[in-house]
Amino acid sequence: MSTQNSLPISHWQRLWLYLLGGLVMLFLIAPSVIIVIMSFSGSTLLQFPPEQWSLRWYESYFGSVEWRDATIVSVKVAVMTAIAATPLGTAAAYAINAGTLRLTGAINALLTASLIIPVILIGIGTFFLYARIGLNNTLTGLVIAHTVQALPLVVLTVLSGLRSYDMNQEMVARSLGAGRFAAFFQVTMPQLRFSIVSGALFAFITSFDEVVVSLFISGGETTTLTRRMFNALRDQIDPTIAAISTCLIVLSIALLSAAQLFGRER
Amino acid sequence: MLLSLAPSALPIGIHGIEKRFGAVSILSDLSLDVAAGEFLTLLGPSGSGKTTLLMILAGFVRANAGSIKVGGEEIITMPPHQRNIGMVFQNYALFPHMNVFHNVAFPLKQRRVSAADTRERVEKALDLVRLQGLGERRVDQLSGGQRQRVALARAIVFEPRIVLMDEPLSALDKGLREHMQIELRNLHRRLGMTTVYVTHDQREAITMSDRIAVMNAGRIEQIDQPEALYARPKTKFVAGFIGESNFIPVECRNGSVWHEDRKLRMSDPIPAVGRHLMVVRPEKLRLVADGEQAGVLNMLPATVGDVIYQGDSFICYATLRDGRQVTLRDYCRSDVLARLPAPGEPITLGIDAQDVVLVADQ
Amino acid sequence: MSVGSASFDHAGKPDGVLNADALRADARRQALGLLALVSPGLFLVFAVIIVPIGWLFWLSLFDETGQLSFANYARFFEQASYIKTFVTTFKVAFVVTGASVLFGYPLAYMLSQLPRRAASICLIFVILPFWTSVLVRTYAWLVILQRKGLINNWLIDLGVIGQPLPLANNFTGVVIGMTHIMLPFLVLPLYASMKTIDVDCLRAGMNLGASPAATFRQIFFPLSLPGLASGVVIVFVLCLGFFVTPALMGGGKVIMWAMRMEQATSLYSNWGAGAALGVVLLAVTLALLGLFQRLLGARATGVWSRR
Repeated sequence: MSTQNSLPISHWQRLWLYLLGGLVMLFLIAPSVIIVIMSFSGSTLLQFPPEQWSLRWYESYFGSVEWRDATIVSVKVAVMTAIAATPLGTAAAYAINAGTLRLTGAINALLTASLIIPVILIGIGTFFLYARIGLNNTLTGLVIAHTVQALPLVVLTVLSGLRSYDMNQEMVARSLGAGRFAAFFQVTMPQLRFSIVSGALFAFITSFDEVVVSLFISGGETTTLTRRMFNALRDQIDPTIAAISTCLIVLSIALLSAAQLFGRER
Repeated sequence: MLLSLAPSALPIGIHGIEKRFGAVSILSDLSLDVAAGEFLTLLGPSGSGKTTLLMILAGFVRANAGSIKVGGEEIITMPPHQRNIGMVFQNYALFPHMNVFHNVAFPLKQRRVSAADTRERVEKALDLVRLQGLGERRVDQLSGGQRQRVALARAIVFEPRIVLMDEPLSALDKGLREHMQIELRNLHRRLGMTTVYVTHDQREAITMSDRIAVMNAGRIEQIDQPEALYARPKTKFVAGFIGESNFIPVECRNGSVWHEDRKLRMSDPIPAVGRHLMVVRPEKLRLVADGEQAGVLNMLPATVGDVIYQGDSFICYATLRDGRQVTLRDYCRSDVLARLPAPGEPITLGIDAQDVVLVADQ
Repeated sequence: MSVGSASFDHAGKPDGVLNADALRADARRQALGLLALVSPGLFLVFAVIIVPIGWLFWLSLFDETGQLSFANYARFFEQASYIKTFVTTFKVAFVVTGASVLFGYPLAYMLSQLPRRAASICLIFVILPFWTSVLVRTYAWLVILQRKGLINNWLIDLGVIGQPLPLANNFTGVVIGMTHIMLPFLVLPLYASMKTIDVDCLRAGMNLGASPAATFRQIFFPLSLPGLASGVVIVFVLCLGFFVTPALMGGGKVIMWAMRMEQATSLYSNWGAGAALGVVLLAVTLALLGLFQRLLGARATGVWSRR
């Protein structure tokens, strides 16, 4: 046991705690594991473990024009959201960190408002607004709505990076002859890249997984993957969704590992 | 001309600087002139405003009012990157994503110096701080002292008009710090750049500076050469902050200085009528032998409280007749050791007339 | 050269105001520059969140004929279906929050007591679901819990039960699915606050003769309360406005607040009613967060919400 935990309590006395904690961990991870296994089932029946194995649900996913189009829409929107939210959030985080603006607190609250406001309200509000300016069922509309939702994540991630960054470095760079922008791009940004990339990945996944707002403002040509999944789940349980879900789980793991690897490389 | 003795060293004229944070005044009407090529230290306790003043000089903190002229040119509203001021931070603030060479080359790159020139000047700067051949090292492979030198090389490689240093040695251990003090001083003598140095370490300030400005509560208490500052403090704060001091209350009346009923002799002019404090350094007090009567010696009777033997020297705590504690320090010469008093013993303390310094009793 | 000797041309200007205007202008310029950095983000938030919500609030003050009235709000107290929705919503929120505390506290406690390496491995079990789509997890629970789902199939195969248990498409299903989604929101802030508890405090407690159980009860647990409180507030507030899981796992029987809003606007195009529901939901959310902030002086948004 490491020194920080070296209380005179043995692991045996704690056995009940480990058992309980383990059960909760099982509860948390089991659904994902079951879905991944079920996605390789050969039958439409929900048997676990499956009696025969196949890739038919993946074939059904990739073979369907509708699913494929929805996936493409979601990827497009998520990429554009990440591209829009990352610089906006980074710039805002930088200004908030400077902290010299009189209304820094209010600005911070406003930028992170979408974390507090119930997402259903954002969905209805956005739909209501878009109906008037013709942005419903458009990629632009989706990207704007998702950018607003992803912004707080980028701001908070970059802000936490800035808080552990030594601002003296940027000051030194400026005293050595670099203007504010040059100092930021040559000295600060290279060292914040982990936070910025994490922020971008969070923005991507936030957009890609977003359900509620997309339910309201996407449709027709721009139906997102999550909207199509939601509607499919309302009707019946199609095992194709297990294959899609597995792909989403793999995507989450890949993005989280990417963020981790990028952090360690520093 | 590369890093030669800089004829380009410029004087700094600081005038009427005001800095407030909300209602709190950090600096009030602060003025100070630094001569071209001078090594001036801002010395003071934390919160005295010395770092704020340095940051205003560098352009990272904006004053509420005031003027800073470098060689006659007003720079107070100039952005930091145009001020041409080299700065060394307490924690060095080296760029961890660049190697030593690129750290030092950074200011040259901003000034679009050609690659060949850059290489030559960086090498010269690294030579100067005795880091030759370490250009390819990563910053995290350097020792504390080496990082300090890189920071220094980076701050002087572009031949700034002025170099500012914010407690640059405070992160080093004692031995290295003392070594670097000498090295920094020598470097300053070679390059001759106007230097403003901030520290709270009085010994460091005394070792390195041409002049020291002692700051307290947003004001400059006294600015003087180190010797004068130590021997002739002008305020109680300066006397207490630099070195150890005994404060003995005295009164000026009838053109003389009195402690209790004893008239004191002093070589300085006698100040205005009223109550003052006599500042006496512990090593300026001496034990007067029985029967000794020197003409210029002031005598104060006292009772020994405790004597602490420290090998090379000893410290004697004594109580004056008015009950005030004073400290005496002397070297353990055999003649002194022979008559080292015992606790409780009455003694006579002697003060040379020329060591009597009076400050106002605030 | 001495203190205060002005060597340059400062003559004619009163002390203390030298360059004051230029410095003030410089400060303003810098503030404007920083404002320019935040303004694109602020503009988006303002346009997409603040304006529509304000607009909806305005709409909620008018009835169907366009008359200024509180009809949209009065309806909440008059119609039984609304009252039932509120009761259901709070019931679900309380049960899910309670279940999250019950399961989340031991897990966070275990994580905080494990050695660093083991803890970071175990933390994956919390973070991975946290970053997995809510839809995916809800689908998983449907597969597991429904009439012909995994659990019922197993239990019937084992002969434990004859008839399938009603686990999904009802209150139970909603609670199980939502607890799974809310757990990380409780565990992560709680774990973070438990990590900051000084082990020396606990050691001192045991040194002074407290049993492990007493040390936990009298020292560790009180110190972990702020983290627990912030987790509870986040979970409770998220539950109140939660949509996906109850919509998919409630089987049309568990109607929660957010679903009611969706029905009002999508199904009946009754913007006033939907907006009024949204306004009250927002007010309750902000009130709870404000109360929490007042009581504990902490920010409940410390953990990123994903919904």
